[in-house]
Amino acid sequence: MMKKINLAIALGATCAGCDVAILDLNEKILEVFDLVEFKFWPTAMDFKLDDLKKLKDKEVDVGIYHGAIRTTEDAKIAKILRQKSKVVVAFGACANFGGIPSLANMPFEQDMFDLVYKDVPSMDNPENTVPLTSVKINDVELTLPGILENADALEEVIDVDYFVPGCPPMVPLIEQVVEVLKLYANTGKLPPKGSVIAGTKTLCEECGRTKPEKISFKEFISPQEVDEMDPDLCLLPQGILCLGPATRAGCDGLCTKMNVGCRGCLGPTDKVKDHGLKMISALTSLLEVEIEEEMTEEELDKIVDKIPDPLGTFYRFTYGKSLIYKLHSEEELI
Amino acid sequence: MSKTTQITELNSNPNVVLFLCRWCSGKGADLAGTSRLHYPTNVLPIMVNCSSRIDPQHVVEAFLEGADGVLITGCHFGDCHYKTGNYKTFRRMALLSRLLKQVGVNPKRFRITWISATEGAKFAKITTEMVEDLKKLPPYGKNGKGGDS
Repeated sequence: MMKKINLAIALGATCAGCDVAILDLNEKILEVFDLVEFKFWPTAMDFKLDDLKKLKDKEVDVGIYHGAIRTTEDAKIAKILRQKSKVVVAFGACANFGGIPSLANMPFEQDMFDLVYKDVPSMDNPENTVPLTSVKINDVELTLPGILENADALEEVIDVDYFVPGCPPMVPLIEQVVEVLKLYANTGKLPPKGSVIAGTKTLCEECGRTKPEKISFKEFISPQEVDEMDPDLCLLPQGILCLGPATRAGCDGLCTKMNVGCRGCLGPTDKVKDHGLKMISALTSLLEVEIEEEMTEEELDKIVDKIPDPLGTFYRFTYGKSLIYKLHSEEELI
Repeated sequence: MSKTTQITELNSNPNVVLFLCRWCSGKGADLAGTSRLHYPTNVLPIMVNCSSRIDPQHVVEAFLEGADGVLITGCHFGDCHYKTGNYKTFRRMALLSRLLKQVGVNPKRFRITWISATEGAKFAKITTEMVEDLKKLPPYGKNGKGGDS
């Protein structure tokens, strides 16, 4: 009988969709229970942070972390997990790239706290009550974790060994993780450090839609604006924004199968530094290729303005780890 | 010498990274030189075969490595040596400029213009104009991160 692997699943700024994704393994989850001994998984079992703290250093074989680093508590949990684990896996788009929480890092015209707690139209807060990190009531001090300036990917705080992207990581990817765990339990072997457990090519390679030789489209339209969609033709010639050409494969075209454009949750491929910039490059090259010589600046503006929020569209999941994030400057906001 | 040292060793205020295409705007810059026209020394010219070779990533990296402004030049529409390269640059940079604006980069820092091989005077005028515009703004990339802190 092989030795069971000690597994810990910790979380930061997350919707816990990654936990649900693990349970989505269905009957394969039984294999997981045969394979591992859970040392920490507060979402699904009765664990407190103290249980993790009590473990010896490196007692956990594999520590999985999902969610971005948003509060001081997230950073603290990540550091404890690193201390107690032999290998750490960044699980899901938030832990890999900062994910949707990292979109809050984009420059706002005002302080994020003021915006959320005072100025949002639906907010009724005449006393300007805002969350504090500590408050004294009847001589008892109550504390809350502080919020960090930015929401970051896990790698910014601790050393990460493996990456499993996706929002949430899809079942085929989690099955690959289980295979890795199995191999580890049987032989003690692990893949090389820094491996990304997902495809190596782009989504277009595994998406089943037929791609015409020449792709060209007139404008960006939302799926609901299409009268009749061709279920087999590539989405781009139909005008639907799809991040497939720049996004890592591994999901088996889950969204494109359902006539929805890829949103890029698996992030860029190995050789790409910045997901959104590559996508902008690819996408605009295809825009109205056939009549490109006749296009005027006004016409182009009209088409490009159909994307109301380029940052949110092209960096929905990867802003926290993009080049453009390093560029942002609140001083110059206009 | 690495790219980083090249941009910062310009050590002028402001630093402008200037992308030239080999066929029209590069020849236009040559003409400005041979005609002894004055244009600022703040520009770091980088010649590429076609303006469409410039990936949005090159622009962002230029800013990150110390540029205060990026100027992209190419052939006029219809003049591209590769027939349609500059149309692609035009569309690509339109979307990129919106993105840069969203992350708080002043639009004056990023310009795109078309210069033919005979327009040495236009080349001198545009580079001077851009450098003058940038002189009114605080330095941008020198701290590795945007802003002036």
